[in-house]
Amino acid sequence: MAIISNAVTIADAGSFSVGLGAMTFIKELNTSGGAAANMTFHHGASSVVLDSTYPIYKFVFINMHPATNATFWTFQANSAGGADFNEQITSTTFRAVHTEAGSGQMDYIASTDQANGTAFQYIQSDGDIKTDNDSCISGELLIFNPSSTTFVKHFIAHSNHMVNNSQSSDNYISGYFNTTAALDEFQFKFASGNIESGTIKLYGIKDS
Amino acid sequence: MGLISNGTTLLDAGALDSGVATGAMTLIKTLTASSDGTLSFVHGASSVVFDGTYKEYIFKCVNMHASSDNSQGQEFEFNVSIDSGSNYNVAKTTTTFRSGHNETDTTTQLSYVGSYDLANGTGFQGVTEGDGIDNDQCCSGTIHIYNPADTTFVKHYMSNFNAYRHNDFSANWYTAGYVNTTSAVNAIRFRFLGGNMDSGTIKMYGIK
Repeated sequence: MAIISNAVTIADAGSFSVGLGAMTFIKELNTSGGAAANMTFHHGASSVVLDSTYPIYKFVFINMHPATNATFWTFQANSAGGADFNEQITSTTFRAVHTEAGSGQMDYIASTDQANGTAFQYIQSDGDIKTDNDSCISGELLIFNPSSTTFVKHFIAHSNHMVNNSQSSDNYISGYFNTTAALDEFQFKFASGNIESGTIKLYGIKDS
Repeated sequence: MGLISNGTTLLDAGALDSGVATGAMTLIKTLTASSDGTLSFVHGASSVVFDGTYKEYIFKCVNMHASSDNSQGQEFEFNVSIDSGSNYNVAKTTTTFRSGHNETDTTTQLSYVGSYDLANGTGFQGVTEGDGIDNDQCCSGTIHIYNPADTTFVKHYMSNFNAYRHNDFSANWYTAGYVNTTSAVNAIRFRFLGGNMDSGTIKMYGIK
């Protein structure tokens, strides 16, 4: 039975008909159970949705702290039915940095971009993350239309972290997965060592 | 009494059922400037939530308009507090860069702006500079702050603003950094460097 108020259908067939917000929380992974080698979101597993349900997906990573000193925060994708996280990526990276001693600059960082490379993409540019107790990286990653089988899949990441030599690094990483296969699995990890602590949240952004 | 539609519980015990997908972005508080020197969001005051309830907070500043000018325009800025607003003076290490383009199409810019970053400075962090005070001039933008209640890590923030400068430039400002404390941050204050906020709206959101 529908619930109708003032001629507007509020709920019907087991769900609300009115808008309850365009940004939907899907899944959180964290290290409450201990350090992890990686964090992986796979459509259909553990309540994860990563298909055509949403045109945009947003990952927010908060206080990601490495177990190993001088390492990098990275991600890759796997196509639906694929065996490995090795999709081709063409990407750009630039960043602004400023040391606690007062030296700042902004540069394109060619060492962390990829030209149809299949490696894990650094979500930060140069400047490895400290393992000091208070050091970490936080930021977000947007993935556009990962289920498309026509277009490449664009991504845009923005993050800030404390670099090994005590500087703030503001990183802008973007690019595209150069494949027309649907992507339904994303994995985050440090380039070396475990994720000692941190939280990653996955959201879906509605288009209507 | 529960509200059940098609066998699915939508409402019960005075709240939406936990199985109902709702928006992940919650409006916490809106402050509107009217010739105010500052606008502050303090946890526990005036219904403001700024603690561990959310791991990400977003502030959207809309049409912030300064009341007084100097020859170089105004700077919109913020600072945070770890003592519920008694003091806004927490150390920050930050980066700042911006692009600009004037209305006469004679000048474009993209550069790091060393005069507006902080190296463990405790002053207010500018998120724009040179804002004009003509009736139609203002700045708008967004600040993300990650896990302010954490007592282990520094607190990263990232912001992006666009400003209509006093010399008729569009200026796109990117500032980011970390609040260099392991104490919980529980208040934030916005202001112009000089004079009042003639008008403008700041909305605070918590992200589930």
